[in-house]
Amino acid sequence: MSNKKNYGMVIDTRVCVGCSACVYACKQENHVPEGYCRDWVVQETGGEYPKLTMENRSERCQHCENAPCVTYCPTRASHYAEDGTVQINRSLCTGCKACMAACPYDARYVHPEGYVDKCSLCKHRIEQGLETACVSICPTGSLHLVDFNNMDQKTKTLLSGKVVYRQKEHAGTEPGLQWISASNKHGA
Amino acid sequence: MSHGQNFSRRDFIKISSIFLAGSAAITTATGHAFSGADTPVGDEGSKVVHSFCEHCFWRCGIAAHVRDGKVYKITGSDHHPLSQGKLCPRGTGGTGLLYDPDRLAHPLIRETKGGRQFYRKASWEEAISLVAEKLWNIKEEHGPGALAMLHHGYGVSFFKNMLSQIGVNKYAKPSYDLCCGPARQASVLTYGYPSDTPEGFDMKNSKYMVFFGTHFGENMHNTAVQEISDGIRNGAKIVVFDPRFSTLAGKAEHWLPIKPATDIAMMQGLMHVLISENLYDKAFVEAHTVGFDELRDSVKDMTPEKVTEITDIPADAIRTVAREYAFHAPAAFVHSGRRTNWYGDALQRIRAIHILNALVGNFWMRGGVVKFEKFPLVKPPATHEHPAYEKEAYSKYPFFPQDEPSNTLASHEIIQETIAGNIKGLLIYGVNLPETMTFGREKAIEAMKKAEFVVAVDVLPAEVTGYADVVLPECTYLERYDDLDNGRAFRTPFVALRQPAVSPMYDSKPGNEIAKMITDKWGIHGAFPPSVEKGLDKKLRLVGSSLEEMKKKGVLVMPETDLYRKQGEPLNLNTPSGKVELASAQMKAAGFDAVPKYTPQPEAPAGFYRMLTGRKPMLTFGRTANNRFLGDVATAKENEVWVNNRIAEKHSLQNGEYVHLKNQAGVVSEFPVKVKVTQRIRTDAVYMVHGFGHSAAKLTWAHKRGASHNQLISRTDIDPAMGGVGFQNNFVTFIKEA
Repeated sequence: MSNKKNYGMVIDTRVCVGCSACVYACKQENHVPEGYCRDWVVQETGGEYPKLTMENRSERCQHCENAPCVTYCPTRASHYAEDGTVQINRSLCTGCKACMAACPYDARYVHPEGYVDKCSLCKHRIEQGLETACVSICPTGSLHLVDFNNMDQKTKTLLSGKVVYRQKEHAGTEPGLQWISASNKHGA
Repeated sequence: MSHGQNFSRRDFIKISSIFLAGSAAITTATGHAFSGADTPVGDEGSKVVHSFCEHCFWRCGIAAHVRDGKVYKITGSDHHPLSQGKLCPRGTGGTGLLYDPDRLAHPLIRETKGGRQFYRKASWEEAISLVAEKLWNIKEEHGPGALAMLHHGYGVSFFKNMLSQIGVNKYAKPSYDLCCGPARQASVLTYGYPSDTPEGFDMKNSKYMVFFGTHFGENMHNTAVQEISDGIRNGAKIVVFDPRFSTLAGKAEHWLPIKPATDIAMMQGLMHVLISENLYDKAFVEAHTVGFDELRDSVKDMTPEKVTEITDIPADAIRTVAREYAFHAPAAFVHSGRRTNWYGDALQRIRAIHILNALVGNFWMRGGVVKFEKFPLVKPPATHEHPAYEKEAYSKYPFFPQDEPSNTLASHEIIQETIAGNIKGLLIYGVNLPETMTFGREKAIEAMKKAEFVVAVDVLPAEVTGYADVVLPECTYLERYDDLDNGRAFRTPFVALRQPAVSPMYDSKPGNEIAKMITDKWGIHGAFPPSVEKGLDKKLRLVGSSLEEMKKKGVLVMPETDLYRKQGEPLNLNTPSGKVELASAQMKAAGFDAVPKYTPQPEAPAGFYRMLTGRKPMLTFGRTANNRFLGDVATAKENEVWVNNRIAEKHSLQNGEYVHLKNQAGVVSEFPVKVKVTQRIRTDAVYMVHGFGHSAAKLTWAHKRGASHNQLISRTDIDPAMGGVGFQNNFVTFIKEA
């Protein structure tokens, strides 16, 4: 049990259907302007007909432990918050886009008001003891908000014995999103 | 009002934008409702209104978050059994409808001047007077049988009550013909009770779920998707028979790309294996079913090898699925699907599904077929005694339901009767007829032009409103009360309240007020309670609650019911035999096959491909077509035509290029559609999502986005038993852009 939080997500792609409820819930919760989104859905198909495979993923900022956006931000607008998330201080942001060039996950966009914006992991909700908007709405229960410093038994059971990966680990970013692969079949 | 010289010709009128909401200087407010850049994130200073959704028929519980008189967020209701705090994209998208700048803002009346037809803005008093007078006069002159209503949506109950006051008994919901009808009636014929929503399958406890061409995950039926996900987490295997690698197929242990239109042959093949390999539940079949011998004889020749020739699925795979299915039974089922009415044989097709279930003895068993219950509301005494002529079943189809007061005949029967001149007045509630697949676009328009009087009640200036004499703007479901909803059956029976989150915008009104105003004009008083609130309160007090109580959580929930049968207990079903009817003597007596039999469907002409359809998870056809909020995601902006990569090569089609489609009757799509080259579909079919390609220019978002599936339906196949409409015997080819 650690007093220090380290929030991230476990995303169970076995059940995700790519419906995009997470995207719309986020847009409403965080007043994301028309034409932009902070999270998005990827549907990836592999294999050869008729042996096809599919993985649906609800993607967003990975709240990396070693975040290139923080490293390359010249104004310290992008920073690590105490709860393990990566946040942007809008008043310090000049919209120079260095963070966008550095981010291996393409998780950021320039808000029409001039600053760079991205997933905050609904910091305002976590602070109130609530789950993120995307986690709350998800009909399949694919999305899980997790404090990796204090992982509960439910999450440990969920991850146990399954193929779990992180994206672009070779970039050394130590991303805070863990993915349960869709290749885990029936009850794995 | 004048129709000009020719009474039977009704031209399509493009509604002038000055009658729509966009002119009311609301666009800036709308922009804020979507982006909300001026308000801080979080829920401070807001209230939550619990109601239920109207973006699809599932009717999930919603929590509308309201601040400063605006709905800024919609989430799933924690209290409502169908949402359990979760919501699909369409549910969140209520704000996109509420703040749609294209909304109908005023009543409109058709005028003709100098040979030109146009709409003029009218007061409610004037519009209501005209509607009341016209409907009354048609009733007086031709009898109540000359009036009919086509409807879709939960607000219809008030209009049903209104019309029944003057003896009208012709009501149709196109959703019966296209979607729920065959499953409902197949269940009645086989089990003795109608199927419900959610469908009666114990999905979360199942170990083996078989689906034929139904697209959960793309059909975002919230509760069903939640339970399938639970099933996957609990280790269930999924099997999908579908010509297309759907999202659900992506979850499957076995995806079997079956040749379209051969499902019944496959079902017979599975029955053959279950019976010939002695895998079926003999004890259940003996004790609780009738007609086994007839069924066995009918599938004797449907060997896996023969079925392979018909369906393109290897015989080994057919045997594997049948054996695995029997192994996991009774915690296994074949799902009856939704919106799978394709070839005019849907009743028999879903009967075959029920038979596959009965054979493995999963009836009322954990993980199998179950019967969810509804919340029992006390029925108030009728306000109108129906004389015998109103009680006649008007549908000519022998297995059309006789027990659904708001669905007394098939919607294509109304269309045909209107074209024939027997029906002279139409009330169209929430149905965008030209884009609804009931009989194709041309027939729908012909009927509306032929009718003496058409009144449309709608929220948006959809195509249908252009053919009406009077357009009455209803407010959205977020601005009104409707009747209590105990129409959904689930594990915990419940009754839900629809209540306004905000007041009606513009000059729109709730349906309950509109219907009451019309009956008042007829001089019929007492048909409606003094106010909708009083009526709801009275009904709720009969079950020990009140409107005030109900407003807090929006739902009243009963404890979980026992879904599973006990060994040795008789089923006492409401079928003629009291048992599950594998062979149906009723069907035989009416001249149909007692057990389902595969019959071949037409093949595509050379160079054409069978046109399959479905939906996107964030859209519900007409209800969401013009929703800017839901449209604001790349995958929602248009429909695509899915073309197999080998077929694309043959026609020199590139991924992402735009083509027009032409069907077997020579109809060319009004708008071009984007090509998606993919391995995810067979070479003999193409796929496109329904509900795009709108021609109504006043649907400023939906206009010209993608191509209309409905426009390309030239052939329909009507189920001779239950009256449903199949539309998949249509074939298209590609016309490359010059």
